[in-house]
Amino acid sequence: MQNKNLFHYILGIADNSLILGQRLGELCGHGPSLETDIACTNISLDLIGQTRSYYQYAAKISEEDKTEDDIAFLRLEREYKNVLLVEQPNKHFGYVMGRQFLFDVYHLMLMQELQNSKDETLVAIAKKGIKEVSYHKRFSTDWVKRLGDGTEESNQKMQEAIDGLWRYTDELFQLTDADKAMVELGVGVDVSKFKEAYYTEVTEVLKEANLTIPESKYFTSGGKKGVHSEHMGYLLSDLQYMQRTYPNMKW
Amino acid sequence: MSNNNWPLWEVFVRSKNGLEHRHFGSLHAADADMALENARDVYTRRNEGVSIWVVESSNITASNPEHNGELFEPAQDKVYRHPTFYNLPDEVKHM
Repeated sequence: MQNKNLFHYILGIADNSLILGQRLGELCGHGPSLETDIACTNISLDLIGQTRSYYQYAAKISEEDKTEDDIAFLRLEREYKNVLLVEQPNKHFGYVMGRQFLFDVYHLMLMQELQNSKDETLVAIAKKGIKEVSYHKRFSTDWVKRLGDGTEESNQKMQEAIDGLWRYTDELFQLTDADKAMVELGVGVDVSKFKEAYYTEVTEVLKEANLTIPESKYFTSGGKKGVHSEHMGYLLSDLQYMQRTYPNMKW
Repeated sequence: MSNNNWPLWEVFVRSKNGLEHRHFGSLHAADADMALENARDVYTRRNEGVSIWVVESSNITASNPEHNGELFEPAQDKVYRHPTFYNLPDEVKHM
């Protein structure tokens, strides 16, 4: 049972990176400029790299005979435990940067705390990932400020993105049963503890970016329990196409 | 969105400590901060460098190709400006 909780705890972290990495990867060749295109796919590759470390670890402790590829490509939609935020589509560049920013602030706080875990493998992954995530946050924060404090049009688009994505932020701080069990053992991070710090930091950036902080108290969640938004099925069909069509194919 | 209005920047990268910054290429960016970030992503993502300089291309003064004759041709027949008339001992490497 302990392994099962650890397994689900790892997926809860890893799936966020996988799905966000997939979303950013969709921009390969379609970014707004050559430079931002490469930047977004760089971030995507960082995230997929982290995902691999997590899945390799999850595969190792899994009681079933699984590989990292099985975990990445062959689960059903309900078995992915990523938050709703990261699966939201790339409506426009403001959305891409808004989603990234709202996730990065959380992600860096999580990595920092995960360094104190009692699980050595998770500590090692966090230590390796923390520099990458720091850069992601710098990049997305800069863009939120640029667009928010840019032209009238860029401000309006950035505001639209923040307003549209705000409702998914609360889920970041909800704990699943596996999370709670792992927190109890000193392995997992109690993410609810840095919720306040998160909103303080996000609010500061949004203010500096000349953006209005959404007042809505309506939040939505479900991804952590496997109940995803309508976008997830399309994303997975892209992600899983090769393995489903050519089972066990390798590069 | 298009970056047609963004100015052009020249990127210089130091590949490792002790070496000089060398010209790697150019890119578009709205300002110096963005140019640095873009340079990091475009030119150093495969571990090519330890330091980056960016300079807006318009700040570079280039020699005029029409003046190549007077600028460079006089140097062509002055072999004595190269230190090639010494016999170097074999022990001296990397000269």
